Amino acid sequence: MKLIMAIIKPFKLDEVREALTGLGVQGMTVTEVKGYGRQKGHTEIYRGAEYAVNFLPKLKIEIAVKSDMADAVTEAVAAKAKTGQIGDGKIFVSDISHVVRIRTGETDNDAL
Amino acid sequence: MKVSMLQKISLAALASAGALILSAGSAFAADAPKIDSGDTAWMITSSALVLLMTVPGVACFYGGLVRKKNVLDTMAQSFGTTALVTVLWMVVGYSLAFKTNSDASVNQFIGDLSYLFLKPMTLTSVSGTIPESVFMFFQMTFAIITPALISGALADRMKFSAFLWFMGLWLIFVYAPIAHWVWGGGWLMTAGALDFAGGSVVHLNCGTAALVTCLVLGKRIGLGTENMAPHNLTLSVIGASLLWVGWFGFNAGSAVAANFNAGMAAAATQIATGAASLSWMFVEWLIAKKPSILGMTSGAVAGLVAITPASGFVDPTGALIIGLAAGVVCYTSSVWVKKWLGYDDALDAWGVHGVGGALGALLTGVFASNAINSAAHGWLIDGNAHQMVLQLEDVGATFVYSGIVTFIILKLIDWTIGLRVSPEVEVEGLDINLHGETVR
Repeated sequence: MKLIMAIIKPFKLDEVREALTGLGVQGMTVTEVKGYGRQKGHTEIYRGAEYAVNFLPKLKIEIAVKSDMADAVTEAVAAKAKTGQIGDGKIFVSDISHVVRIRTGETDNDAL
Repeated sequence: MKVSMLQKISLAALASAGALILSAGSAFAADAPKIDSGDTAWMITSSALVLLMTVPGVACFYGGLVRKKNVLDTMAQSFGTTALVTVLWMVVGYSLAFKTNSDASVNQFIGDLSYLFLKPMTLTSVSGTIPESVFMFFQMTFAIITPALISGALADRMKFSAFLWFMGLWLIFVYAPIAHWVWGGGWLMTAGALDFAGGSVVHLNCGTAALVTCLVLGKRIGLGTENMAPHNLTLSVIGASLLWVGWFGFNAGSAVAANFNAGMAAAATQIATGAASLSWMFVEWLIAKKPSILGMTSGAVAGLVAITPASGFVDPTGALIIGLAAGVVCYTSSVWVKKWLGYDDALDAWGVHGVGGALGALLTGVFASNAINSAAHGWLIDGNAHQMVLQLEDVGATFVYSGIVTFIILKLIDWTIGLRVSPEVEVEGLDINLHGETVR
């Protein structure tokens, strides 16, 4: 079982979700986050007063899948979240040791 | 001339109906002074419109511009000033500003105390063509917004107790005398200075006090290093829009009648405001590369300020030019001059109201037209260059008097109860520390 965690540009969420639904992914968690990478921040100006905003808004999406689906999901996220511009984000893939579905008590692959 | 039977009958009916009304009327008001119902209706409406400018107008405009930790204190300043000045105006302010002092030389500078607690004012007291109660209320709303506007300069760092003392003392020792000079029969009115709705009395006056206040208080902690961006510009847009709407009571209401002058003042106000909003926006677009909504609203307020003394004296073309000038000049003062001189006028009360008020007062002398108002003889249209001398006197006297007396009041408060909150309170936020409330 793999956890795929990706930081993406907020306006790419719908495209990513549609692609994953097509692959049979059953769920995802989305969080609004702020951060910086190579894109750095931007500047806001209020009546001439400039403020550097170092943390830009991004979305963090988390998807837990069976191991055999991990590559396909990773590729789909990478393809759909890409604009080619700096600031497209990153994908992190890690192992999951145990999963429980709270309602039924199913575990691991049955719970995904 | 032969009058038909039908006409005779209807005339007779009218006459008897008239007699009935007269006899009924005389039962409770034998010789009630004449008021004009149209004027009275308009002036009650205007008073409510001007009140709308302070609460919620200024409260929202300034509230949105400060950081989230200070929004309630900023709104409390507008609301608190409204309540405090209402009472002080009833007790002593109206009398000092608008009553004629029996000593003619003293009357050049201040009214008297004959109207303490409005005692002599009765149900049927008349001022011009409206009840005096309405005139007193209308002027009260001006006395409310003028000190409330100063709060833009002292935002984020003044104690609320010191603020209330400041508002009360400033009303009595700065606003009331200057209002008397220009509107209450004082020396500037006698000399013939033109200020239709308060370019110098209200805006230059509060702007000057704002400049002095931010200099006496000093800069906010973290200025230049910390992010002090407005926490909610939608609130500011709502506030600025309410100011725009309410301003028709301010300017058109200053005709103190529902007449031609009120109509032209309303038109001039709308034209100048649109022009100023555009000129600020385009200058900013050119220089800072983006047309900000804060710029559009700031420009609109600058235009409203600058047309205030001129509305009622200028034609639509004059209004257009005053508006265009206001946007550019107030942008320059709020952005460049402030940065250059380094004072911390947090929300640009001086940059917009002080500079815009002075600009408007001077341009009133330039564009005032006898064809628009029989009381006016301007420079450009009527060839009366002397009007410019009077306008300069008006601006200079307001700036000097307001500046000096504001400084004295602030120093007195500083020596007694202290003006500024502690650094700890300032950093943590005024809302939770001064008012025990926060916005989540």
